[in-house]
Amino acid sequence: MESTHQPRVISETRAQFSVNYYQLLASDGSPTGVLPDFTANTDLLINFYTAMVRTRLFDTKAIALQRTGKMGTYPSSLGQEAIGVATGVAMQKNDVLIPYYRDLATQTIRGVSLVDTLLLWGGDERGNDFAESREDFPCCVPIANQVTHGAGVATAIKIRNERRAVVTTCGDGATSRGDFAEALNLAGVWQLPLVCVVNNNQWAISVPRANQTAAETIAQKGLAAGIDCEQVDGCDVLAMYDALTRALKKAYDGKGATIIEAISYRLCDHTTADDATRYRPPQAVKTGWKNEPIKRFRNFLHHQGLWDESKEQALFQQCEKEIELAVEEYLNVEAQAPESMFDYLYEELPAALKEQRKHVMHKAKRGNS
Amino acid sequence: MPSNAPLELTMIEAVNLAMAHEMRLDKNVVILGEDVGINGGVFRATDGLQSEFGIRRVMDTPLAESLIAGISVGMASQGLKPIAEIQFMGFVFAAMEHIVCHAARLRNRTRGRLTCPMVLRAPYGGGIHAPEHHSESTEALFAHIPGLRVVIPSSPLRAYGLLLGAIRDPDPVIFLEPKRIYRATKQTVRDNGEALPLDICFTLREGSDITLVSWGAMIPETLSAADKLSESGIHAEVIDIATIKPLDIDTILTSIKKTGRCVIIHEAARSGGVGAEISAQIAERALLHLHAPIKRITGYDTVMPYYRNEHHYLPNTEDIFLAATDCYNYK
Repeated sequence: MESTHQPRVISETRAQFSVNYYQLLASDGSPTGVLPDFTANTDLLINFYTAMVRTRLFDTKAIALQRTGKMGTYPSSLGQEAIGVATGVAMQKNDVLIPYYRDLATQTIRGVSLVDTLLLWGGDERGNDFAESREDFPCCVPIANQVTHGAGVATAIKIRNERRAVVTTCGDGATSRGDFAEALNLAGVWQLPLVCVVNNNQWAISVPRANQTAAETIAQKGLAAGIDCEQVDGCDVLAMYDALTRALKKAYDGKGATIIEAISYRLCDHTTADDATRYRPPQAVKTGWKNEPIKRFRNFLHHQGLWDESKEQALFQQCEKEIELAVEEYLNVEAQAPESMFDYLYEELPAALKEQRKHVMHKAKRGNS
Repeated sequence: MPSNAPLELTMIEAVNLAMAHEMRLDKNVVILGEDVGINGGVFRATDGLQSEFGIRRVMDTPLAESLIAGISVGMASQGLKPIAEIQFMGFVFAAMEHIVCHAARLRNRTRGRLTCPMVLRAPYGGGIHAPEHHSESTEALFAHIPGLRVVIPSSPLRAYGLLLGAIRDPDPVIFLEPKRIYRATKQTVRDNGEALPLDICFTLREGSDITLVSWGAMIPETLSAADKLSESGIHAEVIDIATIKPLDIDTILTSIKKTGRCVIIHEAARSGGVGAEISAQIAERALLHLHAPIKRITGYDTVMPYYRNEHHYLPNTEDIFLAATDCYNYK
């Protein structure tokens, strides 16, 4: 028999939530309202554009290198350049970046050389030995683990009372993993100086956003952890920069963590090992191209009288030259010695491994024929 | 305060003493885990530490093992030396991804730019009539992972010295504590801050007839078996591996070359256990010194039974005595 019992509601207002969506530029590049003061800084605006273009041109080159057998699997950021650029520019040098694998733009702005990036995807660990931003983590391959590392670094910063913050990044798929929930839960309890940028590009390889969670927004996962959250147009570099700057300031001031859900669209394959035509509806791709960040921001700069065709050409030439030089250097880097696989396992190689180390040297010399 | 005064301590008290010693010495040492704060840990390993060092250095985390391991990696990359407690080894599996994919690899991945000087402590093993998931011995899982050290003390003295060594080590150390002997005996320990090395075996008893190799809670059983063997005129050498990884095979081989016989005793399941690795290395390096096949006395390849039957699972003195006698009499 069906129960007729109705639960008695004691209080309807124990908790109430809302999630804001933030945008400064419409997809045609026109401002949606009054722009914040920082937009008066034309150097900053040109910086944004330069970094987005450099990211896209580098991605194109990297894919070409992979297709011609000169580099391994590579994850492009096509259509998501604004997120990385805004994050990189908003961060202070002494902040710490704990990235995933689609953070080329952020890492480049933080001083990771293009050669290092090529080395990493070209199968050489030295690509993670950055010359600058040496506290930053290399990109994390197992999904969402980096969010937990970010909470750990933020804990160290908090223990030591330092005025700096951690930015960690992930995709929409990563928000389904326990690490995401566990780390942000901790960030709430301990009020950690942590900013988590979720690049919601609608796809986790072939699985669409709707199949990751029934939650209306990913941002609201922060609500359950008791931390601030907002949705931002991830194709709007100005809105992203503003949101990041606010979240970082809050972190520096000891006011806790933030989740920024950056709404974007993955216009590329997941990686060069993927073929998105197998699962991605062409109509959505068309819409994605309408919203993409670089054209949008170029339109904005045009309207502001800050950009023209000759500047565009000069920028492309400058970026292409920079990338060519990096590729040339990368292609001429000699492989590490075979025994290097032993040399960074421990601070000092245990005696038990010395024989194996000798063996790999001998094996390399001997060859295989 | 540290002093050279002799203290009569159980193993769990020695673990506490080592952590307190190092926390006074090095402000980068921090403790985190479940119930490690005001409660002092469910076995009291961290008893009194939060009140001495404060909540920023002795941190009760939310109940999430993956989190505990993962934030330890982040903290260690900043030069802190986290000592993370996993309440029971049976709950470590959620933390494995961070241990295997990050703690063990951070130095290698970054060519030495970032390192992971953390200790992950966990009580392990059976014999205390605990519920399921509270009695397993899965040290071999960690011993298989490059980049880790795996350390298992078998007495209060070695717990103190090895834990100090583990905390000071610049790389990640899995420190497994045989909880069955946490309070089994007391030993005289001095809080002198002297660490033990993490890459040598300890020869606990010398003998010329047979080598008994073991670790953790099987050491007291092995020593009683050695006593019993000597009553029947068989002189056993007893080696406490103490550091499962890296393995000090040289000490074992030297002993085998003297005795020509070897029994390996561990509580963990047999297949793929650390005993298999030791046995293989003896076969590779000292086969012609052997007068008898190597024997292994181990737990069975079964799920650890619930506690009414755990004594049937656990190797005991008689098992070791009989195996060693067989091995000695082999023709």
